[in-house]
Amino acid sequence: MSKLTLKTEGDTHVVVTRRFAASQEAVYRAHTDPKLIQKWLLGPEGWTMPVCINEARPGGKIRYEWTNGNGGGFHITGEYLELEPYSRIVHVERMHLPDPTPDNHVETRFDKDGTGTLLTLRMTLPDAQNRATMLATGMEHGMEASYVRLESMI
Amino acid sequence: MARLAKGEATVMELAEPFEMTQPAISQHLKVLEDAGLVVRRVDGAKRPRRLAKAGTESMDQWLTMLRKTLEKNYDRLDEVLISMEQPKRKGRDKR
Repeated sequence: MSKLTLKTEGDTHVVVTRRFAASQEAVYRAHTDPKLIQKWLLGPEGWTMPVCINEARPGGKIRYEWTNGNGGGFHITGEYLELEPYSRIVHVERMHLPDPTPDNHVETRFDKDGTGTLLTLRMTLPDAQNRATMLATGMEHGMEASYVRLESMI
Repeated sequence: MARLAKGEATVMELAEPFEMTQPAISQHLKVLEDAGLVVRRVDGAKRPRRLAKAGTESMDQWLTMLRKTLEKNYDRLDEVLISMEQPKRKGRDKR
């Protein structure tokens, strides 16, 4: 099983790596094809992404809407800045909670690693206030997921 | 959490704007307290809650949430990548 690494870079960025047993092209496509994105970019269990707009070209729009099927939900919007198939994507995104968080500048790299692909995600760290807001959202999501599991056990 | 960000509040004050019962709010608060995001104070019979300092300042908690989210997403992506390979193999078999 492949292990994720996560480390901060100063006070401003976080860098994540994860290896996948698939070609750079496949991993890149899974990040840019809406039908594929909707299958994995979902966060906690029980959440779905009914709206997935992903215009994979410089200047193209991104809009992901998530729902827990229970009236809970939020969305992000963003724009593509640079795309180098199948090795690099640069985009900005912001969460709407519902007020928009400051832009998160994200660079995603897809590097060949033997027969697989090493994914490197470098993104902007939110400030303390926005971390608190996101944590609140995340905690609530996590809580709902655990409630769903509890109900299914009963 | 948004209400607590404005300052200390009791369970009753927190339940008011929502169509939630006080036990339901208390249950939510317990999860947030266990996670170290919210702390309670004793004030006579009242137990007002406020945001823990760690809740607004701790980078570790945010990074832990990010890690958990990404781990779940990428485990699902592993499955998606496997399913992407299968149609190709079938195609080759037919030829």
